Amino acid sequence: MAIGGAVTTGRKARWALVDIIVVVYALVPVLWIVSLSFKTKETLADGNFIPREWTFQNYADIFATDEFIRPLINSLGISIIATLIAVVLGMMAAYAIARLDFPGKKALVGVSLLIAMFPQISLVTPLFNIERQLGLFDTWPGLILPYITFALPLAIYTLSAFFREIPWELEKAAKMDGATPGQAFWKVIAPLAAPGVFTTAILVFIFCWNDFLFAISLTSTEASRTVPAALSFFTGASQFEDPTGTISAAAVVITIPIIIFVLFFQRRIVAGLTSGAVKG
Amino acid sequence: MAEIVLDKVTKRYPDGALAVSEMDIEIADGEFVILVGPSGCGKSTALNMIAGLEDISSGELRIDGARANEKAPKDRDIAMVFQSYALYPHMSVRENMAFPLRLAKVDDATVRSKVEEAAEILDLTQHLDRRPSNLSGGQRQRVAMGRAIVRSPKAFLMDEPLSNLDAKLRGQMRTSVSKLQRQLGTTTVYVTHDQTEAMTLGDRVVVLRGGIVQQIGSPQFLYDHPANLFVAGFIGSPSMNFVPATLEDGSLKSPLGTITLTDRVRRLAEAANAPREVVAGLRPEHFEDAALMEESHRQSGSTFTATVDVLESMGAEKYAYFTVEEELATTAELEELAADAGSADVPGTGSTIVTRLSASSEAREGRPLDVWFDPDRIQLFDPSNGANLTYSG
Ligand SMILES: Nc1ncnc2c1ncn2[C@@H]1O[C@H](COP(=O)(O)OP(=O)(O)OP(=O)(O)O)[C@@H](O)[C@H]1O
Ligand SMILES: [Mg+2]
Repeated sequence: MAIGGAVTTGRKARWALVDIIVVVYALVPVLWIVSLSFKTKETLADGNFIPREWTFQNYADIFATDEFIRPLINSLGISIIATLIAVVLGMMAAYAIARLDFPGKKALVGVSLLIAMFPQISLVTPLFNIERQLGLFDTWPGLILPYITFALPLAIYTLSAFFREIPWELEKAAKMDGATPGQAFWKVIAPLAAPGVFTTAILVFIFCWNDFLFAISLTSTEASRTVPAALSFFTGASQFEDPTGTISAAAVVITIPIIIFVLFFQRRIVAGLTSGAVKG
Repeated sequence: MAEIVLDKVTKRYPDGALAVSEMDIEIADGEFVILVGPSGCGKSTALNMIAGLEDISSGELRIDGARANEKAPKDRDIAMVFQSYALYPHMSVRENMAFPLRLAKVDDATVRSKVEEAAEILDLTQHLDRRPSNLSGGQRQRVAMGRAIVRSPKAFLMDEPLSNLDAKLRGQMRTSVSKLQRQLGTTTVYVTHDQTEAMTLGDRVVVLRGGIVQQIGSPQFLYDHPANLFVAGFIGSPSMNFVPATLEDGSLKSPLGTITLTDRVRRLAEAANAPREVVAGLRPEHFEDAALMEESHRQSGSTFTATVDVLESMGAEKYAYFTVEEELATTAELEELAADAGSADVPGTGSTIVTRLSASSEAREGRPLDVWFDPDRIQLFDPSNGANLTYSG
């Protein structure tokens, strides 16, 4: 008993150490940015981890200009719309892939995998030209459309894995209970796939929110420029001023929606939602 | 309430597997029909075709006289209870049971009263607001039944609804299913593997083998007059013993000795043009310890002597197992039965004979025993096609 106890204490200590190393490794750059965002212009480069002088000036500055507010609205709007559309389309496609046997199913899966593997950089120039021709350049749809394209394979893959887990018989039961295929899907299958839907929504949202490549290439003004792209255009109040402080503050601010998004949906990702459906 | 007719209904799956072949069954309004057969014989497929969950390849399904082949499940007004219960885990018991009514756009007050009424019948009232995952197996099973009965459908379909319950609960639920069906008088098709369920629940039993209906009849009729070797071996537990035998001028040479056939059996066999080589079948319950028989009675039957290999005392009765010298009868039918039951459960197809004796028998393992049986109970089968040569139905 005593030996067993010693072993577990030793194990626990080792795990704790490993955990701490991983967390520190992951968080130091983030904390550094947070620290920078609270420093005054004079102490920016002093190398101190904890600011000697705290200031909210950087935050006040970014919220005082359209340079940040407009992109923030663009980011939110574009990411949320793209996420919604990708998840709804992804649900339908994933359901079909998980449940139905239709001609061309393998091809569909293959093509969506291909899209996911396609290097985005190689598509930027053609997309740029196409969007200019179609008048989509520098508009919300101009970003929403490519985001959906690249998010769909991800959505389809994650969701079909979740759909496969839902007992087939539940759907048969719904049909016997008088449901149309649509009702069976929306009233029985979709609620059970909810954890998968929210997981997918988080992943897709993060992908859209963080994208820089398309955002910088397919926008030219604040009409549709998102925050990651806008950050690179940040300048200080004058040409010679260092924008590091404001960039850091903006970086901290755009992390917040993601954290909120994840925390909000995490509650809904209740594991084992399907337990109790069959057998026992 | 409905009358369901299957007219040469056939199911061929897209991969070519023939699951049900030309099934003809007429199910009367309010009747309780049982589908039995070994695993993979097409029971679930047949049920799913009636439900509308599987397409019918050919033939016609008529519900109340109207062709129903093309009707969607929701338009057939049939409720189904699944082996796995298939309860909706994200809904409470109440919501589960109310689901069919809600889909039918029944008003709230009616839904409430119907659900509560069903809960009352099934003794679920105190569980209405719980989730299925928090219920015991038996309770879940009752919720599944509740969901089926709330909307008073034309018919119930049940696919091995009790097979996930333990033996005792299964016994209790069997009685309640039977009572419920009688009370509601709803046409029911019930699939089972269980001998007791098949014998006790149904008005009629349909025995399936490889997608083909072998025989349809009341449980007692199938037990007394099996149409062929397969039905004889499938109905009854422990199953019938089969031995190869030779017919010679009215007597039967078998591993159990030379048996003089009764006039009744002989006439039936002659009428059926019995071949010389036959398979003789005798149920375990038609044997008795000869020592317990009155002398006069004993004379009316045959006796053989053999060494008891294994003796199982069940309290109310004893099962004695004997090994006979000769190879026991084997035919395709018997092999399939053995495979389905896992040979050990069908000793009649191994090299042992099972007999059921009175509890007062003094049989001992390893000791010889005189065993009596009534030759009039012998059934003879044609080894080439399994047909019952002594069929008198
Ligand atoms: N979707 C399918 N595709 C192809 N063949 C199938 C399919 N479903 C069932 N089968 C085949 O049809 C036959 C009948 O299957 P079915 O499920 O009806 O058997 P069952 O009598 O219900 O068996 P069990 O007692 O094991 O449930 C089997 O041989 C099976 O392999
Ligand atoms: Mg089955």
